[in-house]
Amino acid sequence: MSSEGIGARVLRKEDKRFITGAGRYTDDMALPRMGYAAFVRSPHAHAKVKSIDASAALEMPGVDAVLDGHQLVGDGIGNIICGWMIHSKDGTPMKMGAWRALESEVVRHVGQAVAVVVADTQQQARDAAEAVMVDYEELPAVVDSLDALADGAPQIHPEAEGNLIFDWEIGDEAATNDAFAKAKHITRLEIDNNRLVPNPMEPRSALASYDKAEEHYTLYTTSQNPHVARLVLSAFYNVAPEHKLRVVAPDVGGGFGSKIYIYPEEIVCLWASKRVGRPVKWTSDRTEAFLTDAHGRDHHSTAELALDADDKIIGFRVSTAANLGAYMSLFSSSVPTYLYATLLSGQYNIPAIYANVKAVYTNTTPVDAYRGAGRPEATYLVERIIETAARERGLSPAEFRRKNFVCEFPHQTPVIMCYDAGDYEASLELAMKAIDYDGFPARRAQSEAEGKLRGIGMSCYIEACGIAPSKAVGSLGAGVGLWESAEVRVNPVGTVEVLTGSHSHGQGHETTFAQLIADRFGLPTANVSIVHGDTDKVQFGMGTYGSRSGAVGMSAIVKALDKVEAKAKRIAAHLMEAAEGDIVIEDGEVKVAGTDKKLSFTEVALAAYTGHNLPEGMEPGLKEGAFYDPTNFTFPAGTHICEVEVDPETGQVTVVNFVAADDFGQIINPMIVEGQVHGGLTQGIGQALLENAVYDDEGQLLSASYMDYTMPRADDVPSYIVDTTTTLCPGNPLGMKGCGEAGAIGAPPAVINAVTDAIGDNSMSMPASPAKVWSALQKGGMKQAAE
Amino acid sequence: MYETNYHRAGSLAEAESAIAAAEDGKFLAGGQTLIPTMKQRLAAPTDLVDLRHLGELKGISKQGDGSIRIGAGTCHADVAGSPEVQAAVPGLAALAGMIGDPHVRYMGTIGGSIANNDPAADYPAALMALGASIETNKRTLAAEDFFTGMFETALEDDEIVIAVTFPACAKSAYAKFPNPASRYAMAGVFVAKDDDGVRVAVTGAGQDGVFRAGDMEQALGANWSADAIAGIEVPADNMLSDIHGSAEYRANLVKVMAKRAVASLS
Ligand SMILES: Cc1cc2nc3c(=O)[nH]c(=O)nc-3n(C[C@H](O)[C@H](O)[C@H](O)COP(=O)(O)OP(=O)(O)OC[C@H]3O[C@@H](n4cnc5c(N)ncnc54)[C@H](O)[C@@H]3O)c2cc1C
Repeated sequence: MSSEGIGARVLRKEDKRFITGAGRYTDDMALPRMGYAAFVRSPHAHAKVKSIDASAALEMPGVDAVLDGHQLVGDGIGNIICGWMIHSKDGTPMKMGAWRALESEVVRHVGQAVAVVVADTQQQARDAAEAVMVDYEELPAVVDSLDALADGAPQIHPEAEGNLIFDWEIGDEAATNDAFAKAKHITRLEIDNNRLVPNPMEPRSALASYDKAEEHYTLYTTSQNPHVARLVLSAFYNVAPEHKLRVVAPDVGGGFGSKIYIYPEEIVCLWASKRVGRPVKWTSDRTEAFLTDAHGRDHHSTAELALDADDKIIGFRVSTAANLGAYMSLFSSSVPTYLYATLLSGQYNIPAIYANVKAVYTNTTPVDAYRGAGRPEATYLVERIIETAARERGLSPAEFRRKNFVCEFPHQTPVIMCYDAGDYEASLELAMKAIDYDGFPARRAQSEAEGKLRGIGMSCYIEACGIAPSKAVGSLGAGVGLWESAEVRVNPVGTVEVLTGSHSHGQGHETTFAQLIADRFGLPTANVSIVHGDTDKVQFGMGTYGSRSGAVGMSAIVKALDKVEAKAKRIAAHLMEAAEGDIVIEDGEVKVAGTDKKLSFTEVALAAYTGHNLPEGMEPGLKEGAFYDPTNFTFPAGTHICEVEVDPETGQVTVVNFVAADDFGQIINPMIVEGQVHGGLTQGIGQALLENAVYDDEGQLLSASYMDYTMPRADDVPSYIVDTTTTLCPGNPLGMKGCGEAGAIGAPPAVINAVTDAIGDNSMSMPASPAKVWSALQKGGMKQAAE
Repeated sequence: MYETNYHRAGSLAEAESAIAAAEDGKFLAGGQTLIPTMKQRLAAPTDLVDLRHLGELKGISKQGDGSIRIGAGTCHADVAGSPEVQAAVPGLAALAGMIGDPHVRYMGTIGGSIANNDPAADYPAALMALGASIETNKRTLAAEDFFTGMFETALEDDEIVIAVTFPACAKSAYAKFPNPASRYAMAGVFVAKDDDGVRVAVTGAGQDGVFRAGDMEQALGANWSADAIAGIEVPADNMLSDIHGSAEYRANLVKVMAKRAVASLS
C-alpha cells in the first residue's frame, strides 16, 4: 500500500485550482456570438396570465428575441416531469399538475418564468425583461400546507383537487393501533420541519449552443448529474435525442441537492439557442436563486410514541403534511415518502410503525431533496420524540435510548429497511466520553453562576445512503435505476484515467477516487486523473446525491480495477514466465512473489498497448469498465451531542460544544470526511438555530436575501469534535457507508434537544432564534410567577 | 444594474458641479449600500459622482477644544483603529469596529452611513448620544436636526457631508444586538456621560430610526449604574416588528443593551 492509499489524509488535488481562482464554472464559459438570457418572472404567487406584450422590449437595444410559453409549447417542448411515481393509499396515482418551462396561463409561485429575453449583453437582456408587459389577474394564494388542505383553500392545479397530491401510507396501521391500545405511556408531539433555501455558493447557470449543421446541442450547466439531465432533456422535454445532445457539468460550486433537477432555465436556454441561432447563457442572481432553486424540508407532523411498562417502545404513529410547493420537482415525491418514512424506526427496535403522509401543493417555490432529503425530517421527528419520552418517563436520554437500541443485525424494521450492520452503543459511548457528559452538571452550575442557562441534547441518527439498489427503488416507483458506472483506462505509459458517472461539486472525488488506484497499484495519486461531468467522455452515470459516490460510485471503480488488475497480472505472468497466482502489484511494480523478478507498472501497460508479446488470444489494451448496482442501502449512523448556552436576557443561543461520533464504515480520506461532517453539522445547526424561509400570506418570500435569511457563519458554530467508530458495510466491496449528509441529519435534533433542556420548554421549534427563545422564556417566567 | 455615468471628482468643487450637471445624480462613497441597491435594480441614478478622492473629506483630527473631527470619507476601520478616537471617544471607536465585516469596514464611510440613515445602522446612535455636529458644503447641522426619520435626513440632493465632529467623551460605550442575518443592529444603544449629564441613543429598534431614550437619561443621571435601568419600562409602541423579532422583543433588547453599555463603563 502506498502512503496515499485508503485511509491516508491526502491533500485535495482539486483545491489548487479552487483556491487560486482557477476553477472553471459554467459562468466562466464563453462561446463565440453568445447571447444572454433574462427571464420575465411573476411578481405574484398566484395569478392568471392574461397577456404578454413584448413589443416595447423587442425595440430595445441589443434585443434578439422575446419568447414565451406559447412558442415553447408550439415547438413541442414537454412539460417538466417528476421521476418517482407515488400511489395514494387508495391505489390512485399521484395527482400531478402541468409544469411548463415558461408558463402562459396561470403562474403559481413568485419567480415563476413567463417569458425569456435574449440579448447581446446581460444588462440589455435584463433591461428588456423589465419592459415585457405582462397583464396578470391576481388569484388568492396559499402558502402553508395545512391551510392548503383546508376547506375553501384556493385551488392551485385543476388536476389535484383540494391541493392534495397524494395521501400515502406505510407500515401496519392495525398493529400500530393495537400497540397504542396496550401502551402504558404515550408521548405526543407536534413537530414542524422548517423550510430551507439551499444556497450553494455558485448560483445556477446554463450555457446552451446549437450546431445547425450537425443538428447537435451542447449544454454547459450546474448539474450534479449531467447524464440524468441529458436523459430527461431528451426523453421528456424533446430537446434532442441523446446522441445529439452533450451535457457538460464542469466545476460546480456546491449543490446540496438543488442541482440534481433539470430546471426551466436549462430547457429554455437549449430551446432558445436553436430558435435565435446563437449560444444562449443564463446565470442566476442570488434573488433568482432564492425564488427558484428547489427548497428543502417544510413538514408539519404529529408524532406519537407508545411505551410499555418497561419503557420499551411498542409503537410509533406519524402523520405528516409535506409542502411540495407549486410544482412537483424531479424527485419531490420520493423525499417525504421513501426517503423519509422508511427511516422512522431510527436506531430503535420498534415492532409497529404507521405513517401517513399527505403531499400538498402551495403557492411557493417547489420543494425537493436538500442535503439529507427526508432523512433529516425523519431523524428530527424520531430524536425529538425519543428525548421527550425519556424526559416524561424520568429516564436519562442515554438510558432510554440504550433500552431500545437495535443490537442485532441484520435487523428488519417495519418500514422496509433492513439494517445490515452497526454498533449504536459504541458511538453513543464515544460521543458521551468526548463531550465529558458526566461533567455537564458542573458546567451547567458554572453557567448559572454567570447568569446563563445551559442545556445538553443528543441525537442518535441513522440514514439510508448509498442510493440505491435499482430493483428495489424500481418497485417503489423510481423512474430510473440508481447504479453507477466506471471505466479505468491505463495509458501506455502507466498513468491512469478513471471515468466516473459520479459528479464532484465539492466532495473531493479527484482525490479520494485517485486514492483507490494508489491503494491498488501503489501509484502516486499524481499519476491518476479523474474524469467526470461530461456526457461525451463518460459512458453513463447517475450522478452524486444521497451520499452515494463512495458506496456506489467507488464500488464501480473497484469492480473495474479488479478487471484491470487481473489483466495486468496475466500480462506480467506471461512476460516473466511465472504463474498468474504468484504475481503481486505494489509500489508501482509488478512482481513475482518470493523472487526478485519484476516489471514496472509502466512496462506492463506498455506491453498491453504494443501488443508485441501478449498471452495467446488476449486483446491489446488495458482499459476496463464496470457497472455496480448495490444490493441494499447503506446505513451510516452515529450519535451527535450538542451543548448550548442561552443568554436569558436576549434569547441568544450559543453552541458551546458539539461532538459527532459517526460510523461511516470504511473511510478513504479522513480529512475529507471530517470536512464533510463539519459542513453538514454547520448546515444542521443552521437549520436548528438560524435558517428559515418565510412567506407572507400573499406568497411573497420575506427571507429572499441574506439581509433576512440567516446563513450560518464561522462564528455561529463551535470548534467541532468529530470522531468515528467503524462497522464495515457488508454490502459493498470497500465496506463504505457514506458521510455526505450525516451532519445535516444528526445535528438539528441534538441542538433542539439541548435548547429545550436549557430553557425547560419542549415546544421550541426550528429555528430557535433569539426572539423565539426569549418569548418562550417570558412565558415560562410568567408561568413561574403565576404558580 | 442599470447603465449609469461615472464621474471621479478630484475636489469638492468638481463634485458640486458634476452633481449639478447630472439629471438624477447620486454621490458614491464606499458603495456598500448604494452599489448593492443598484445591482438589485432598486436604485437607478443616471450619474454617480465618486467622492472617494476628495482631499476635503479625508482625515481624523483632534480639535483645540478636544473634540474629534472625522472626514466624511473616513472608513469604519480607520475610525475603529484611530488612537485619537479611542482616547477621546472610546465608545465611538468600539462602535465602528462592530459594523459589518472587515470588507465593509474598509470600504464603508461615516459620511455614507449617516447620509443613508438606515434605521438599523450603528453610527446614528453615536451621533445622537454624543451631540455630534455634521458639517456639509452648505451648513453645519446638529445630529438631532440631521436625522429626520427612517432613511431620511435633512440633506438636500446636492448637499455633501464633509465631516462629523464629536465632542470628547471618555465615558461612552455602545452595546449592540445584531440581527442574526444582516448583523445590522436589532437594537444598538449608545450611552455617553459627561459633566452636562447622560445621553442615551437607540438605533435599530425604532420605527422612525434613531431616537433618544429620555427616561433612561434621567434615571442614569440620577444613578449612574446598570441597576438604574432595570426599573424602566421601555414601551413597545414605536418599535419595529418583523420576522426577526416583535416590537416587545426589541423593547426588551433596548433595555438589555442599555444595561450592558452602562455596565461596560463601571
Ligand atoms: C455586508 C454589509 C454589512 C453591513 N453591516 C452594517 C452594520 O452592521 N452596521 C451599519 O451601520 N452598517 C452596515 N453596513 C452598511 C455600511 O456601513 C455602509 O458603509 C454604509 O451604510 C454606507 O456607507 P458607504 O460609504 O458605503 O456609502 P455609499 O453606499 O457609497 O452611499 C450611501 C448613500 O450615502 C450617500 N452619500 C455617501 N457619502 C456621502 C456624503 N459624503 N455626503 C452626502 N451623501 C453621501 C450616497 O449618495 C448614498 O445615497 C453594512 C453593509 C454591508 C454591505
